[in-house]
Amino acid sequence: MLKIIFAVVGRDLKLAMRRQADIVSALFFFVIVVSLFPLGIGPEPDLLRKLAPGVLWVAALLATMLSLPRLFADDHRDGTLEQLALAPHPLGLVVTGKVIAHWLVSGLPLALIAPVLGIQFDLSSDALLVLTGAILLGTPALSGIGAIGAALTLGLRGGGVLLSLLVLPLYIPVLIFGAGAVDATVSGLGGEGHLSLLAAMTFASLGFAPWASAAALKIALE
Amino acid sequence: MLEADNLECVRGERRLFAGLGFKLEAGELLYLQGRNGAGKTSLLRMIIGLLPPEAGEIRWQGQSIRRNSDDFRADLCYLGHLNAIKEELTPLENLLASAHLADEDLSEDDALDALEQVGLAGREDLACKYLSQGQKRRVALARLVKERRPLWVLDEPFVALDVAAVDWLAGIISGHLQRGGLAVMTTHQLVAIPAGTVRELRLS
Repeated sequence: MLKIIFAVVGRDLKLAMRRQADIVSALFFFVIVVSLFPLGIGPEPDLLRKLAPGVLWVAALLATMLSLPRLFADDHRDGTLEQLALAPHPLGLVVTGKVIAHWLVSGLPLALIAPVLGIQFDLSSDALLVLTGAILLGTPALSGIGAIGAALTLGLRGGGVLLSLLVLPLYIPVLIFGAGAVDATVSGLGGEGHLSLLAAMTFASLGFAPWASAAALKIALE
Repeated sequence: MLEADNLECVRGERRLFAGLGFKLEAGELLYLQGRNGAGKTSLLRMIIGLLPPEAGEIRWQGQSIRRNSDDFRADLCYLGHLNAIKEELTPLENLLASAHLADEDLSEDDALDALEQVGLAGREDLACKYLSQGQKRRVALARLVKERRPLWVLDEPFVALDVAAVDWLAGIISGHLQRGGLAVMTTHQLVAIPAGTVRELRLS
């Protein structure tokens, strides 16, 4: 079981390394969107501190969305997806591997660069730490939920827009608790409760989403 | 043994075929023929279990392929009209990756040997996007060299191949039939397969 997941993660990471432009462009999108806010709002530390969690999280959701349409589309176009579906193990495991690989190349870099961007919003070091933790815990859920949307819109014309309409509403709980964790830390309440809920959402979506995506992929392959 | 009973295929609003059945024993090859749009690829996709038939049943070794799908897929090798290779990876990486993902053990030496047999010696380390159409097809076909699964389903395997490669592939397929394997394939060019019993099924 683990062998197949590792094989898929290994292959997808290798492919991502050969096309680094994709990773870098999503990361730069995140950096630029987040940096536009302090420039637009001006040097008002109190306001920026208040806006920071929401801005960083909304930008993280949008940056994750950028790479989602290609999650299955490339494999579908060159016939690899058929071969994966015909391999003698459940398709859900293959999708689990793809979700993990997607998180490693899209979610993880966001979490690593988020504290640097948080400095622009005058966040305290505690808040930066919680922000990084929240993004680390929350982005796997984004990849998992996104995989369902990517599988449902596979092969549709204009699927990219439909995918955003489908997936962004489902991201709302992650956004609320992700931003809430940082807010709670800034106001001195402690963000542990929010972080636990984020972790719960991540585990639930990693357990459930691959199988829902696999069912959608089987319909797309008919 | 592969059996199909009373298969019916409906695509969109059109019924492509109904009441179709066949039986294939070890060492036999089934040629599917028919004009474009007759339903050859649809029938192949039914046989590999990706397209559920409107009616009827397909059995592998006496068991319905829908009920025993994991066991069936462990015996199946499918080559579609898409090559299923990654443009960014080299032929060697493609071959090893597809073997690992299909849960087969393929050593690097075996993979290199297979690539040499399909005439790609010296190009193992070149990304597949720099290869020609025919060479990409050869990378996909290299899988068959070491393939020992009993049922091969091939969709237009001879397309884009030159004369020498067509002969080579015919040899590989007859070797498979001699080992007691089964094969189903569609083709527009009838290539003589030296060994095994050849059956033909014409869709109209």
